[in-house]
Amino acid sequence: MSKQLLSGAQALAEGALAAGCRHYFGCPLSPQSQVGDYLAQRLPQVGGSFVQVPSEPAALGMLLGAAMAGARVLTSSSSPGLSLIQEGISHLAALELPVVIADFARSGPGLGNDHPAQSDYFQATRGGGHGDYRSLVLAPDSVQELCDLTIRAFDLADTYRNPVLLLADGLLAGLKEPVELPRPIDPAALPAKDWALGNRGERPGRTLTSYYPEPKFLENHNYKLVRKYDAVTRDQVDWQSHEAGDARLVVVAYGSAARIARGAIARLRERGLKVGLFRPITLWPFPAKPLKELCRVVRHLLVVELNAGQMVEDVRLAVAGRAQVNLYARPGGVLPSPDQVAHRISHYYHQARLHEQDQGPGRGGGR
Amino acid sequence: MKQVFKRPAVLRDEEFAYCPGCGHSLVHRLLAEVIDELGIAGRSIAVPATGCARLLPQYLDLDLGEAPRGLGLSVASGLKRLLGDHVVFAYQGEGDLAALGAGQALHAANQGEPITVIYVNNGLLAQSGGQMAPTTPPGTVTATTPRGREGATHGAPLDLSAALAQTAGSAYVARVALASPELIAQAKAALAKAFAVQIQGQGFSLVEVLAPCPEHLHLEPLEALAWSAGELAQRFPLGVLKDIPGNGEES
Repeated sequence: MSKQLLSGAQALAEGALAAGCRHYFGCPLSPQSQVGDYLAQRLPQVGGSFVQVPSEPAALGMLLGAAMAGARVLTSSSSPGLSLIQEGISHLAALELPVVIADFARSGPGLGNDHPAQSDYFQATRGGGHGDYRSLVLAPDSVQELCDLTIRAFDLADTYRNPVLLLADGLLAGLKEPVELPRPIDPAALPAKDWALGNRGERPGRTLTSYYPEPKFLENHNYKLVRKYDAVTRDQVDWQSHEAGDARLVVVAYGSAARIARGAIARLRERGLKVGLFRPITLWPFPAKPLKELCRVVRHLLVVELNAGQMVEDVRLAVAGRAQVNLYARPGGVLPSPDQVAHRISHYYHQARLHEQDQGPGRGGGR
Repeated sequence: MKQVFKRPAVLRDEEFAYCPGCGHSLVHRLLAEVIDELGIAGRSIAVPATGCARLLPQYLDLDLGEAPRGLGLSVASGLKRLLGDHVVFAYQGEGDLAALGAGQALHAANQGEPITVIYVNNGLLAQSGGQMAPTTPPGTVTATTPRGREGATHGAPLDLSAALAQTAGSAYVARVALASPELIAQAKAALAKAFAVQIQGQGFSLVEVLAPCPEHLHLEPLEALAWSAGELAQRFPLGVLKDIPGNGEES
């Protein structure tokens, strides 16, 4: 199939349609309002429904209802909107309802601004809602990957009966890149959900509830969720490494920060610095094992984040002291240039005397 | 011999766990009778919410999907969008619908969402222990208004149903009580009509039931019943608040 030039917002929408999603509930919020604008045109063309609702919680409520009826459903918003639906995400996880939520994050806290930022890493990966629950979090770094991960998000949501978040930012929402659209799935061909409500016929009534008055029953329900999260952690971790094979210093970055880091790494490679990139694609589950594995040979990591330092905590937990973990953090919606990031990488590279390893045996303090 | 009374088929053979004299068990029974009589058990979906109403799944043999506090009408709307031929109803108390859920309710009614709301108003927050609700009448002593509800601090009771009746999309809004056999018969008729309005596709329908909560009013069951149709009904007059032309006619 030929490629089309799409924005991230359009790629999310087309990915959702290809995945068989026919229902979108949401309300406009910068920098992702284009998602709704686009789906308001596209969904009716394929027999679907687009509903603009007055608030993000209203969208979440409709998502809950539509997911209970067994449909593939999508909403999208940006940081303050995600804050508003954290309670609902807790309910989605407790009720084990599969939905996909796209968060094109902006800068906070508070109103902040709508420039790209990654300051909602904690909110997405820790779950801002109450209770022991997890959302799967996928972090694309290109428009093509956003489209592809949208389809994967719907499959993961259905497989694990769990909410899945796509965490991107305003950069990716507006950026246009060539996208090869995947072959669309016929929603009618998707496997039936034997837990969904409706079309009851003669079977007994079915209840979807998260209310467990007996503590022991609630504990059993929570253990069931834990087993599911363990399976997700075992089977669904995803990451990408770039120029990491011979690297002495590896940058750890995701999403927009990873795009910038790649530019920085290309500049430094030209100058002979052996630097690479480790890019988590699943933020939860975090690719802790492969990162730890990488640190058998790499002793220096530099986490680059568009926030004050959030993912760096997962990196430190993953490597557990096996590598020195440094941080270059830019909060507030300021995108550093590849040159600025290259300068930081170079600074840590030389501070750790990694360049001296090129001098051969007998130099650089070797014994 | 002719059978004149029986347990409705959708009402499970369970003993109600509600407090003695509570209105919920009666509302559940009326709902079950109406669902049986309309023959819609196989295509009805209930959306119970928080508060005492969260117990609904224990008593009704229906498909039920629980909503977070305040979101009952959005959940019901989402279900109805997907299952248009089903009868979808939310069952919420005033501490849910008239408080956090009031914004949702206004928009759902105004959009004419073809869903039905069973709005049980007993004038105070029951499940959390008898505190003031948005509908508590002035002067009423509750756990959080020990000197009685004072307008200067907490304002006046909110008549949500009257507000919803004024929206463009509401088709049928009625307020009923349970304090006599006549009132109970009227309540049942209102529930049946609200479902009929939904089945006809006329728009949003709501039945507010003024219900007794003797436990937290610290009254005897009969006194609480009289209070719900007396003091509470003075603030919230019984009757049909909205009934658009065409409601209840054969389509």
